[in-house]
Amino acid sequence: MNDQTKIDQDRAERTEKLQGMGCKRKRVEDVRFTQGKGSYVDDLKLPGMLFGDFVRSPHAHARIKSIDTSRAKALPGVVAVLTAADLKPLGLHYMPTLAGDVQAVLAEEKVLFQNQEVAFVIAEDRYIASDATELVDVEYEALPCIVDPFKSMLPDAPILREDIQDKMEGAHGPRKHPNHIFEWKIGDKEATDAVFANADVTIKEMLVDHRTHPSPLETCQSVASFDKVKGELTLWGTFQAPHVIRTVVSLISGLPEHKIHVIAPDIGGGFGNKVGAYAGYVCSVVGSIVLGVPVKWVEDRMENLSATSFARDYHMTTELAATKDGRIQAMRVHVLADHGAFDACADPSKWPAGFMNICTGSYDIPTAHLAVDGVYTNKASGGVAYRCSFRVTEAAFAIERAVELLAQKLGMDAAELRIKNFIKPEQFPYQSALGWEYDSGDYHTAMKKAMDTIGYTELREEQAKKREAFKRGETRELMGIGISFFTEIVGAGPAKNCDILGIAMFDSAEIRIHPTGSVIARMGTKSQGQGHETTYAQIIATEIGIPADDIMVEEGNTDTAPYGLGTYGSRSTPVAGAATAVAARKIKAKAQMIAAHMMEVHEGDLEWDVDRFRVKGLPEKFKTMKEIAWAAYNAPPPNMEPGLEAVNYYEPPNMTYPFGAYFCVMDIDVDTGVAKTRRFYALDDCGTRINPMIIEGQVHGGLTEAFACAMGQEIRYDEQGNVMGASFMDFFLPTAVETPHWETDHTVTPSPHHPIGAKGVGESPHVGGVPCFSNAVNDAYAFLGAGHIQMPHDAWRLWTVGEKLGLHT
Amino acid sequence: MTKSHIELTINGKKVEALVEPRTLLIHFLREQQNLTGAHIGCDTGHCGACTVDMDDMSVKSCMTFAVQAHGTEITTIEGVAHADGTLSALQEGFRMMHGLQCGFCTPGMILRAHRLLQENPTPTEDEIRHGISGNLCRCTGYVNIVKSIQYAAAKINGTPFQEAAE
Repeated sequence: MNDQTKIDQDRAERTEKLQGMGCKRKRVEDVRFTQGKGSYVDDLKLPGMLFGDFVRSPHAHARIKSIDTSRAKALPGVVAVLTAADLKPLGLHYMPTLAGDVQAVLAEEKVLFQNQEVAFVIAEDRYIASDATELVDVEYEALPCIVDPFKSMLPDAPILREDIQDKMEGAHGPRKHPNHIFEWKIGDKEATDAVFANADVTIKEMLVDHRTHPSPLETCQSVASFDKVKGELTLWGTFQAPHVIRTVVSLISGLPEHKIHVIAPDIGGGFGNKVGAYAGYVCSVVGSIVLGVPVKWVEDRMENLSATSFARDYHMTTELAATKDGRIQAMRVHVLADHGAFDACADPSKWPAGFMNICTGSYDIPTAHLAVDGVYTNKASGGVAYRCSFRVTEAAFAIERAVELLAQKLGMDAAELRIKNFIKPEQFPYQSALGWEYDSGDYHTAMKKAMDTIGYTELREEQAKKREAFKRGETRELMGIGISFFTEIVGAGPAKNCDILGIAMFDSAEIRIHPTGSVIARMGTKSQGQGHETTYAQIIATEIGIPADDIMVEEGNTDTAPYGLGTYGSRSTPVAGAATAVAARKIKAKAQMIAAHMMEVHEGDLEWDVDRFRVKGLPEKFKTMKEIAWAAYNAPPPNMEPGLEAVNYYEPPNMTYPFGAYFCVMDIDVDTGVAKTRRFYALDDCGTRINPMIIEGQVHGGLTEAFACAMGQEIRYDEQGNVMGASFMDFFLPTAVETPHWETDHTVTPSPHHPIGAKGVGESPHVGGVPCFSNAVNDAYAFLGAGHIQMPHDAWRLWTVGEKLGLHT
Repeated sequence: MTKSHIELTINGKKVEALVEPRTLLIHFLREQQNLTGAHIGCDTGHCGACTVDMDDMSVKSCMTFAVQAHGTEITTIEGVAHADGTLSALQEGFRMMHGLQCGFCTPGMILRAHRLLQENPTPTEDEIRHGISGNLCRCTGYVNIVKSIQYAAAKINGTPFQEAAE
């Protein structure tokens, strides 16, 4: 073995020991989770703790004539019953939403959706609380309700929000009707209309991204404990954004923020459901302040699905204009957005329709216009980003379905049309017609790799043969090939664009090296299963050369973690991950000065080598990070503060733009409507990859949620506003049996502005997956002249497609 | 409400308690016995987060009254690790194969897989998928849960386990 080989081998061994970026490090979280030792909110038990439960409205729209709590209060074990009358003197019967609206905590004069919170019973245990909810007598006068958003703004529509009916200037500009929330427009309308007027080919379709729900397996819950003597409130809860919750609690309760301790312990999945503030959180806080003992609130599944934030419900009139040979010239979209009874979207303040203006997708479309109208209906409020950055799944669905419809009209192959219109590698950073600057991408390479791997040409040949066989009556099976080439926009965001309640959407990391060279690091984000304790440690390990196993990552305690905006919209890696790298580099810079002092050389004479600084040209002369850490506390250079720690609040210069090429092969039994996914291939480009094992896991999970949304999951209402199927009996969550096998692949196009080039991946598979499944279904029926088939594509609905086409004899 | 006296064995330990007849087993385990590993995900028996092993059967403890557990032997996730504190083959399998993310379904999933492997020590992939179809996971997409169970089966049977290539 020669010297260089020895050096390389030594370096490789030291690198491996770090378990840093790029390795499939096993998760540190799993040690406790596999032993049932996670600590979730409902696991918390405090002395004297009481339990709260809601009385909910059976009506979608009704006036409250009277509330009589006397029978409930008389039940042994019941301690208190709160109604709007109790909250009103405190100014807490309404709370602000993140979207600039207000939302009833407990209904005052009217209820506006079924299962809306009307009273909060506090009792000694959850059984008594539940019993007592049955004993609260509420007299209602039912009112006509609005379920169909297209009827919200009719001249004779009943006015839903009487509390704001005179306030015709909303948070996002003038309101056109008492049931109108906002109109949001972007792009050049005149230019777009002109292109459409003169286009060779146009398509126009109403694409519905239906109402669904993120439904993490753990529902929303909280425990509030108010210490009357200290005047301090501790609030444990299922919070994807614990610091924001602390600020909101302070603003609405008047308690000083330093006397509020918000703690998000382990969270059993979030997917956007746990970003906003809910009536249960407020009522547990009020209950504890009033009673001076801890109050727990845990919603059940039916409450979760029917009362906390839904997702989607976007009705998108989508148009494309193109030349005869398939060059897309313009896009025009109008969205009718059903927000339910209150506007409780969890978007950055300036973005009432989230980042819907990413709807030009992966294509170089020179001209575009987007208009969104938000309306109130008698349904639960929300509109949260369900495993996606704000409204990005909706945007990807619009463009990826529209491109397919255009391909069909042009008689062109759908993959070929996409490639023809892709933004070219040399166009990055790319300025989109609707205002975004895409940071980086190489779409052609990704698409080619995906098509080669899946055997696209052969699949189309097989499909052509099958279609002929179907026409000849030799098979009753339809084969569909779904394609989706999506571009996401994640990592909100630059302060100039993005804030929540006026707080810029930065994120943060604080890293402290102990004298013995072990580390504690805290971030402003909050994992709900993404594995932050594992991956942030990998970033630090690579940056400062301390093994990941010696680095403890902590999030969720707002007393100890630096302020951050939380985890949603795939922002943890792009923002807090960047903060982590920058903070680590500050530590490394100080360590270099200490090392120089220790070895009595000039800083510039040192070079970094995996886990140590060594003297250039003298590799045997070095100090490891561990040795430097000890020196930092015991023998720092003169005039240098002792210690070795750093904080970074990272304000991203731009968002990141992950992308991917997805292919789905589906076989549908035309007589039963049962669709079987034969193959699903997902190529993701999320820039630099921190932990390939975790990325693959994120992709699997996101695809499964996409499969659910596209193929059956739905929150549906009848005409009276009764929510249909708010339990796991009816709400489709795929089991291991229905869930397809997932094939994953990747290309790597680093983000040029991110310190480690990472873009974020947790939501891409959902964003790209939904249109891919829908395209597969639509492609299967396309040659029969089915037109656009709306989601969700469950067997019953697909059977009706066959029925309408006269395919059943 | 009148309480009933129950005696049962939980994770090898004899337990006596007074419970209301309507107390669900999951609440008895979590709140009276402080065994918070099993979770409540749906309240309707669909999700399986509350799965425990009762007299050699997988039981959804949110659909079982505590009084029904009288005289039975129950194993919860807290009783799955080896006596010396090392992880069982299944617990190790879930960690090695990334068979969990948020961890909320994991205790129920591992208990179900534990019973499945008792019933069928060498299940095929299809048998595993059907065998765990009463347990929902929102995070993993099941591919790695299947691998985790295959890993454990191989370890228990002393047969080689080959992770499929990505």
